[in-house]
Amino acid sequence: MQKSLNIDPEKCTGCLQCELACSLEHEGSFNPAKSRIKVIEFGSQGRMVPYTCTQCADAWCVKACPVNAIVINHATGAKEVLEDVCVGCKVCTIACPFGTINYSQDTGKVVKCDLCGGDPKCVTACPTEAITYVNADTTGYDRMRASAAIADAGAQA
Amino acid sequence: MAWTEKILRVNLTKGTCESEPLNMDWAAKYLGQRGLATKYLVEEIDPKVDPLSPDNKLIFATGPLTGTCASTSARYSVITKGALTGAIACSNSGGYFGAELKMAGWDMIIFEGKSSSPVYLSIVNDVAELRSAEHLWGRSVWEVEPALKAESGDPQTRVCSIGVAGETGVLFACIVNDLHRAAGRSGVGTVMGSKNLKAIAVRGTLGVTVKDPKAFMEATAAGKKVLADNAVTGEGLPAFGTQILMNIINESGALPSKNSSDVQFDGATKIGAEGMAEIRASDGKANLVTKQACFGCTIACGRISQIDKDHFTVVNKPEYWGASGGLEYEAAWALGAATQIDDIECLTYVNFLCNEQGYDPISFGSTVAAAMEMFEDGDLTAKDTGGIELKFGSAEALTQIAELTGKNEGFGAEIGLGSKRLCEKYGRPELSMTSKGQEFPAYDPRAIQGMGLGYATSNRGGCHLRGYTVASEILGIPEKTDPLETEGKAGLVKAFQDATAAVDSSGLCLFTTFAWSLDDIAPQVDAACDGDWTPERLAETGERIWNMERQFNLAAGFTGKDDTLPQRLLKEAAKTGPAEGKIAGLDVMLPEYYELRGWTADGIPSNQTLERLGV
Repeated sequence: MQKSLNIDPEKCTGCLQCELACSLEHEGSFNPAKSRIKVIEFGSQGRMVPYTCTQCADAWCVKACPVNAIVINHATGAKEVLEDVCVGCKVCTIACPFGTINYSQDTGKVVKCDLCGGDPKCVTACPTEAITYVNADTTGYDRMRASAAIADAGAQA
Repeated sequence: MAWTEKILRVNLTKGTCESEPLNMDWAAKYLGQRGLATKYLVEEIDPKVDPLSPDNKLIFATGPLTGTCASTSARYSVITKGALTGAIACSNSGGYFGAELKMAGWDMIIFEGKSSSPVYLSIVNDVAELRSAEHLWGRSVWEVEPALKAESGDPQTRVCSIGVAGETGVLFACIVNDLHRAAGRSGVGTVMGSKNLKAIAVRGTLGVTVKDPKAFMEATAAGKKVLADNAVTGEGLPAFGTQILMNIINESGALPSKNSSDVQFDGATKIGAEGMAEIRASDGKANLVTKQACFGCTIACGRISQIDKDHFTVVNKPEYWGASGGLEYEAAWALGAATQIDDIECLTYVNFLCNEQGYDPISFGSTVAAAMEMFEDGDLTAKDTGGIELKFGSAEALTQIAELTGKNEGFGAEIGLGSKRLCEKYGRPELSMTSKGQEFPAYDPRAIQGMGLGYATSNRGGCHLRGYTVASEILGIPEKTDPLETEGKAGLVKAFQDATAAVDSSGLCLFTTFAWSLDDIAPQVDAACDGDWTPERLAETGERIWNMERQFNLAAGFTGKDDTLPQRLLKEAAKTGPAEGKIAGLDVMLPEYYELRGWTADGIPSNQTLERLGV
């Protein structure tokens, strides 16, 4: 079974603990600028939205890479960048429709979410369960349940 | 480790930005942020300096835990000689700015001198430069922040700035970051304005490291669990924000009302957490939109509010229709209970104005309340106020005054003097609810005796954030004491003041101390920083900081006689509630406090005390 990151922006408080955990895991320091997950703030609407790679099954970045530096981890489903193969051409950053793969000037390679090998640190760090790691087939279950409660409310009245 | 060990020194007179090493001997004694920056200030300025002269300095300081994954690691402080008080000023803010400054590799920025024309400081990691702010002068915080993000070319740039209030000398102007987070008190924004410094824009991508990452992750995870499991930090504050206090304090008969004529307010429920959550009949929405955390914070007490579009304050003003920083308890009290105004939409609008133009809602609301009393007594007339009927309970009057104060125009310029100067000017000095010239906040010392001693002895003037004994006296944290009793309060106040000074020097938020003691904080500091940081060492560091601040104030001209409260609190008994018939028992507590501090009967730290602490 593969799991997916399940993001519920309603629960996000904008604390950036996910970004801190991600940067510590991948860069060895607390450094949101280097995080693979970003909390995007829409201030005037009072909304905070955590956003990262959703690991497309048929991934644009994989297809675009001319040197096959992005490979599928079959255990997790993550698309992982092979640093020693990546040439830093950035074509994948153009191909990705979501902007979740990015070039790093420090290393000359691209970086993206790799699900931390199946133990995503952003999930552990999130204090409000805005980011959870669940069966990839059932990411909609909680919302389906919430909708069902509304749908049935009339009959119960 | 944890410290970046670098200071940015900006000479505004010469227009230079230079890097220098952090004095690590001082860091070992004063930790960071409040303590360490105060050490730099007291070493570098004459305590008698005019706060608004170029010889005053303005320091922005992070703590060793700022920018780490410790919960509430957002904090930075602004340290200077206060424009409002003439005392040491240290004003603390959250949001994201402080962590960004740390990420850029700086523990501190020291501003000195005065620029000949408006400038802002741009920082991108180790590259810092002063740039012209001519085009930003006269513009609000809400205009400057997006303008500087656009100018930097990086939307992730963080900004702090002053509004028109700070530029034009409103004495309680603040420095606002991330649109609605503020270093709010003592007029630190006024000092910034006096230096022709409009803003700081910073982008940091260098990261923050700690001494022992494994121990740090364990210590911070344990700390987060304590916060999550605690009723205040795990439930009350996330659900209701600090506004959870409004009804509690009102029921305790400790809600200063009508310029402290009363200790309870009938409209408390309407302006507190319930009022914010109530669905409005007009548009079917609540004032409260959501909660928002500061950087790293797992509590999330921050409120985001939206004003009813049809409310009289914002009709045809779409710039105020979006969501922004909502009411905190202290602001709701000052703008509402002190003035007898129970219109939460109006209070939210005025709170927005405070953020937009950069002035402190506590000092503003308290000053307006004093002006209202003078207006009702006939000391002030409509001629003085420019025709505004400045009566208690008038939302219209508060709105007009707030708009004028933001621009420092009309009667707003008089309000901008702060309560002490205003009341003296109109011949009623006794109506100013201040200590050392700063308006005290939302707890009446007649019903919470420890807070009276706290206000009187606070080094930055009337303030709840130097020693929040409300935690013990009302909430029972860490243990319950009787709020009406004076016995034992001297020791309680000293312990809270010392612990708070340490927390304020760490990069963490004081609100953690609803759940954390120094026993919870010390392992986090110790894992991050060189040296052995025990709870005892933190408490001693706090005591050292407190005495250093005291020495600065004494050298600035304050004496033990300034450790006092308004006559109203010392002579007029509370009229209702649990404290009915009570006055503030400062005369009983103060001598004991001096003794416990190792100070003389005149309130001067003895040589023995200073030597013991190494001040």
